[in-house]
Amino acid sequence: MKHEPAGDMRPGQSDSVPSDALVMVRGAVVARSGERQLDRVDLLVRRGETVTIVGPNGAGKTTLLRVALGLLVPDSGDVWRRPGLGVGYVPQHFSFDATLPMTVARLLTLSTKATAAERAASLAEVGASGLDDRALQELSGGELRRVLFARALLRQPELLVLDEPTQGVDMAGQVDLYDLVARAAASRRAGVLMVSHELHLVMATTGRVVCLNHHVCCEGAPQSVSQHPEYLALFGGVPHGVAVYTHHHDHAHAASGAVMPLSHTDSDHDHHHHPHR
Amino acid sequence: MLDFLWRALAGGIGVALIAGPVGSLILWRRMVVFGSALSHSALLGVVLGLVLGIGVTAGAIVVCFAVALMFIALRRDTRVSDDAVLGIVTHAALALGLVLLVYVSDVSTELLGFLFGDILAVAPVDLVWIWGGGAVVLAVLATIWRPLLAMTVHEELAAMEGVPVAAIRLAFLFAVALVTAVSLKIVGALLIISLLIIPAATARRITRTPEGMAAVAALVGVVSVIGGLGASMLWDTPASPAIVLVAALLFAASVALATPRRDAPIPR
Repeated sequence: MKHEPAGDMRPGQSDSVPSDALVMVRGAVVARSGERQLDRVDLLVRRGETVTIVGPNGAGKTTLLRVALGLLVPDSGDVWRRPGLGVGYVPQHFSFDATLPMTVARLLTLSTKATAAERAASLAEVGASGLDDRALQELSGGELRRVLFARALLRQPELLVLDEPTQGVDMAGQVDLYDLVARAAASRRAGVLMVSHELHLVMATTGRVVCLNHHVCCEGAPQSVSQHPEYLALFGGVPHGVAVYTHHHDHAHAASGAVMPLSHTDSDHDHHHHPHR
Repeated sequence: MLDFLWRALAGGIGVALIAGPVGSLILWRRMVVFGSALSHSALLGVVLGLVLGIGVTAGAIVVCFAVALMFIALRRDTRVSDDAVLGIVTHAALALGLVLLVYVSDVSTELLGFLFGDILAVAPVDLVWIWGGGAVVLAVLATIWRPLLAMTVHEELAAMEGVPVAAIRLAFLFAVALVTAVSLKIVGALLIISLLIIPAATARRITRTPEGMAAVAALVGVVSVIGGLGASMLWDTPASPAIVLVAALLFAASVALATPRRDAPIPR
C-alpha cells in the first residue's frame, strides 16, 4: 500500500477547501486485509448543510465518518477539518457494562462542563426532559439515543455527526428524531453529517445525499439520488417497501412515545367519527 | 508476639484498599479475563525475580506489565478473538511459570504460596511493596480517573473529545500490573482476580456513582481481609483462601439482601 503524505488543503486556494467548509475529505483510501473499505472517496460538509451518507451494510459508511472525524487516518488521501471545529458526535453503538453505576447527569458531564440548567435545557430540546437523574441502565433504546444527542448538543457543536441516529427506535420515533436533528442544527447554523439506512425518512431534512458502496456511487439532492440508477441498483427501487415521501406532521412524540398534539391544527377538513350502522 | 498477624492485616488491608477501585474499573471495562491472564502470568514473574535476584514482587511487576503490552500488540493485528488470545496467554503463562519454577529453585513447598497466597508469611519488605506500590496506584488512578471513566463509557467518543486514549490505557494497565504484582504474596496468582472483582461486584448493589462503588469495594475488601484472617485464626484454615471465601459470602449476602433499587441493572 502506497502511503501518500497527509494533505495540505487550505481554504481560499482555488481547487481547494471552500471558505464555508467544516470538514473535507478528498481521495480517501482505507484498506483492510487487502480490500478497499473506502476507495478514493470525496466528502464535503459546509456550514449549515446536512449531508446524509446512505449505502448497504458494510459499505464503509462508518469508516468514512471515522475518517472525517480524525479517528482513523486513511491509507492515502487528504482530510481537512476547520481548525478548532466543535463536533458533537453520536456513535452508532453505545453499550456500557451493567456494573457501571452512572446517571444521565454524569454521562452528560463526563467531558463537558454543564450546569443543571444547561443539562435540563439540552434534554428538553431533544424531548428527554426529566431523565437527568436516571441511571443509564434504566433508559430505553430511544431514550438513550436522545440522551446521547443531548450530550452532543452540550458541546456547542458547529458540526453534528450522527451514525445511524435512529437505531433501535420505532418508525414514528425515527421521523421525530430526524426532525429534532434538523431543528437543532438549524438553530445553531451547524452542519450535519449523518449515516442512515432510511433515505425515505431523511429526504425532508437532508440537503445532499452521498450514496456510498466503498466508492461514491452517486451524490446530490435526495430526489435525484433516489432516482439514480446506481442507487436503485443498490437498494432495488423503493427501499423497505415504503413509498418515498416528504412527510409532514399533525402530532409530535414525547420521549415516552406518547402522542402530543402540535399547537396548529389542520382545519381544511374534519374527521367525523361515528359508528357504522 | 503475633507480629505475623499484624503484618498480615496490614498487608491484606493495603491490597484490599487498592483492589477496590482497580477491581471496579476491571468490571466496568469488561477486563475480567484480561485480569486473570495478568495474574496467572505473575507466576512467571516469580521465576524472573528468583533468577535475576531482584525479588519476587519486582519480577512480577516487570512480567505483568510486559504481558499487558504484549497483549495490546497482539490484539492489533490478529483475527483471533480477544477471549481466545487471553485464554491462551493465561494458561501458557501459568504452565511456563510452573515448569520454570522447578528449574530455578527447589520451591515445591513454596509453590502453594505462590499459587494461593501466603498472607501469614508477609514480611516487612512485602509491606513496603504493598503500601508503596498502592500509593503509586492510587496516585495514577486519581490522575487519570476522569478521562479513564470517559473512555470506559465509550472509547471512540472520548477519543473524539480529546482524551489521549492510548496513553490513559497504558497508565491503567500499569496500575493493574502493579496491583497484581503486590497482591501476589497476599492471595497468590490464582486468587488475585477474585480479590479484585468480588468486592467490586458486591459494592455495585449498594452504590449509585462510580466513585461510591470504588470506595465501597475497598471497604468490602477490608472487611473480607479481617473476616478471613479471623476465620483462619479461629478454625485454623488456610488464610488467603478464607479471605476470598468471606468476600464471596459477602457477595452472596448482598445478592440475597438487596431489594430491587432504581439503579439496579435491568435483568436481561
